[in-house]
Amino acid sequence: MEAASSPAAHATTGPDRPVTRRLSLDPALVREARELARRAGRPIVDMARTHTTVSVERAVLRLAGLQGADPDGMPWVNRLADAVRDSVGLEHGVALPAWDALRAGSYPDLGALARDAAAGKVSFRIPGGADAHAARAAAGAALGQGIARIDAQRAARDQMIAQTSQPRMPWIYLIVATGDIYEDIPQAQAAAREGADIIAVIRSTGQSLLDYVPEGATREGFAGTYATQENFRLMRAALDETSRELGRYVRLTNYASGLCMPEIASLAGLERLDMMLNDCMYGIIFRDINPRRTFIDQRFSRQIHARAGIIINTGEDNYLTTADAVDAAHTVVVSQLMNEFFGKEAGLADGQLGLGHAFEINPAVPDSFLLELAHAQLIRELFPDAPLKYMPPTKHMTGNVFAGYLLDAFFNLAGVMTDQSILLIGMMTEGIHTPFLADRDLALENVRYVRDAAGRLGESFQPVPGGFIDQRASQVLAEAVALLRKITDEGLLTAIADGTFGITKRPADGGRGLDGVIEQADGYFNPARNILENPESAAGSPAAELSEIGASS
Amino acid sequence: MSDQPQSGQQQSGQQQPQIVRPYGDTTGDGRVQVSFTLPVPFGSSSERARAEGAALQLAAKMGLEPAMVVHAKGMGPAFTFFIVYGRVAHLVDLSQVVVAEREFPLLSPAEVNLRIRSGLGRKLVVVGACIGTDAHTVGIDAILNVKGHAGEKGLEYYREIRVVNLGSQVEVERLVERSRAEGADAVLVSQVVTQRDAHIINVRQMSAAFDAAGPDRPLLVAGGPRYDPASAGSLGVDKVFGKGTTPGEVASYLAYSLAPAPPPAEDNGSAPGAAAGSGAESQPERIGTSA
Repeated sequence: MEAASSPAAHATTGPDRPVTRRLSLDPALVREARELARRAGRPIVDMARTHTTVSVERAVLRLAGLQGADPDGMPWVNRLADAVRDSVGLEHGVALPAWDALRAGSYPDLGALARDAAAGKVSFRIPGGADAHAARAAAGAALGQGIARIDAQRAARDQMIAQTSQPRMPWIYLIVATGDIYEDIPQAQAAAREGADIIAVIRSTGQSLLDYVPEGATREGFAGTYATQENFRLMRAALDETSRELGRYVRLTNYASGLCMPEIASLAGLERLDMMLNDCMYGIIFRDINPRRTFIDQRFSRQIHARAGIIINTGEDNYLTTADAVDAAHTVVVSQLMNEFFGKEAGLADGQLGLGHAFEINPAVPDSFLLELAHAQLIRELFPDAPLKYMPPTKHMTGNVFAGYLLDAFFNLAGVMTDQSILLIGMMTEGIHTPFLADRDLALENVRYVRDAAGRLGESFQPVPGGFIDQRASQVLAEAVALLRKITDEGLLTAIADGTFGITKRPADGGRGLDGVIEQADGYFNPARNILENPESAAGSPAAELSEIGASS
Repeated sequence: MSDQPQSGQQQSGQQQPQIVRPYGDTTGDGRVQVSFTLPVPFGSSSERARAEGAALQLAAKMGLEPAMVVHAKGMGPAFTFFIVYGRVAHLVDLSQVVVAEREFPLLSPAEVNLRIRSGLGRKLVVVGACIGTDAHTVGIDAILNVKGHAGEKGLEYYREIRVVNLGSQVEVERLVERSRAEGADAVLVSQVVTQRDAHIINVRQMSAAFDAAGPDRPLLVAGGPRYDPASAGSLGVDKVFGKGTTPGEVASYLAYSLAPAPPPAEDNGSAPGAAAGSGAESQPERIGTSA
């Protein structure tokens, strides 16, 4: 067994120590689970490859550098994509007609084109022959520059980590959410100084259902701060300053979810965010966003995240806040396997899969801590190279802050015993109010104590083969495989419609955003996707611009 | 610890005293514990002495005298966290305590089902949603989802209740529309977000929209952790549920408000617990489930 005591920092984003195998899981069953997830996910991928969405097309424009908004605050990417859609549709993608019009009208840039298009002064067409070739080449060059900016930010991250240091896992994840970016910044810097390795800026609660990304620095939001390019830039710059001060790279997290998932993913890549919440089904189940829209948007978002070196965080913890954490434990595993399949298909490495799960079993259930250990260890072993994100108790946190503090300590203990990679810090005042300064300080004291007192307990933690923990883990795996068989038979969209995840029923043609889903026509052209799906070709190279969309990655 | 006998045991046989004080470990000792943060530094020894003095000053002004700072810790360069124990001089006059009584009896799921069957003669239709920009469905889901909350099953579990959960961020117009289409007897809305009084504004907007939509207004119920349960009138709704509400309470309220009580039970006597005795098949299982 590897000694679990070498805290050497690696530049990798996967677990910084080899994961210890502690359970007698049936390897054949694990293989079957992955194979079933692949079969359940394949039709969804096929659908995503042959469709686009308004937000995917707007992301192309953003990556090409189109910024800003009209006087009403509607971004120019929306105005331009809408104008193209109204005129010639988006079946061929926005790039072909947009760059054709850019050339035909001799516009200096996309911004000028967007302003005229919004005023109804541009007539778009689907060009053919040499015009099409020229438009493709121009769009490919523009997107090549955009992707090169993402590559440069990825290199800048590596350089920052080299200049400061990579924090030891588990990384401590803390949330700020004032609604005002200028209040968030000092709070985030203070949290980093107090020991946070990752700062998450919670989004304004309404943002997931906005079909545009707000512009500029924002000072008001509902229970969170709007995700905007400028807010991203401001916060990353502030955390760079703090990272240098502390000699430790402090990561920044936001949410690539909701109706603008691909655009926000693009902005995250351009502004060097480090982790993004990006679940394959969360928006469907908890935000009632149309399933097709979500899966198409998600694939493109993950292609961007893969390129940008961003770790995604998935949202399985949420299932356990509505469903029972014991009864629904296997749905978490199923969703993680689906997230893994979709993520890897989109190009994410294992070290970028921050699969989520949570410590949400009712503490009144006998052996609840053993059950938590079984679930956490099962997931650790199923995904040994993934930077797992472990979420603290919320559902069973009561007003009894003293009992809550104890529960959080047990959560931290389970986290270190089972080698979790990212720990979101539990607050004893969860569910009472947004954390006081002292709540946060006590929470950090809690995790520091557990990490210092029991950080190496994992090396001596070996559940008895066939004992309670071992058996429970195998049972959850078996239940997950049974559910995957059912999903494979009936189809993932049907399973979601039946309320398999989070108990909520979401039909494939229900929810928001379906009107933004477009089936691709022959000759669909997405220069960003062409580059992202051919990672070996350098960004901006003619080969990437001109490769056909059918080319496999 | 919460099961320790109350101080009243010394007066066994006597009446409960009307004037009480906080209890530490001796009747009448008045001992309490508080924690708070002051924006004062806790670095040098003089700063520390001043910080503790500041905490004691606050404690004294809060009525804790004598008080003892048992823990002080600097948090960053500008803040100090304190835990203080002290004795309060205040008296609690129990005769002056006002309690809002629940106006409806708490029923078991079987009793709720029976009451709806006999009183309404059909399924009771409940439409639920988070309205406005609020995307926090935890509250409405805890009440509606079959899984429920705190050991109590949600309304979906009740055979005689049909639940339509519209989920998060539902516009008021759509809620009114769907409620009509579903023939809703009751509309439940949950609001968690309270920034700039969104929870109050949204609910007022909703009740106004239902009022404007015509005479057959369904029973309107609002819930969320930040509501004052006495605010139903000012919000324009029929009932407000605050923090800690269980699905059973909501179900009992709906049955009480929408399904007329079966006549025999009504005539039967005054004790509310005995009221269900007439429905032989539905003996009360338990009032208040074990959490």
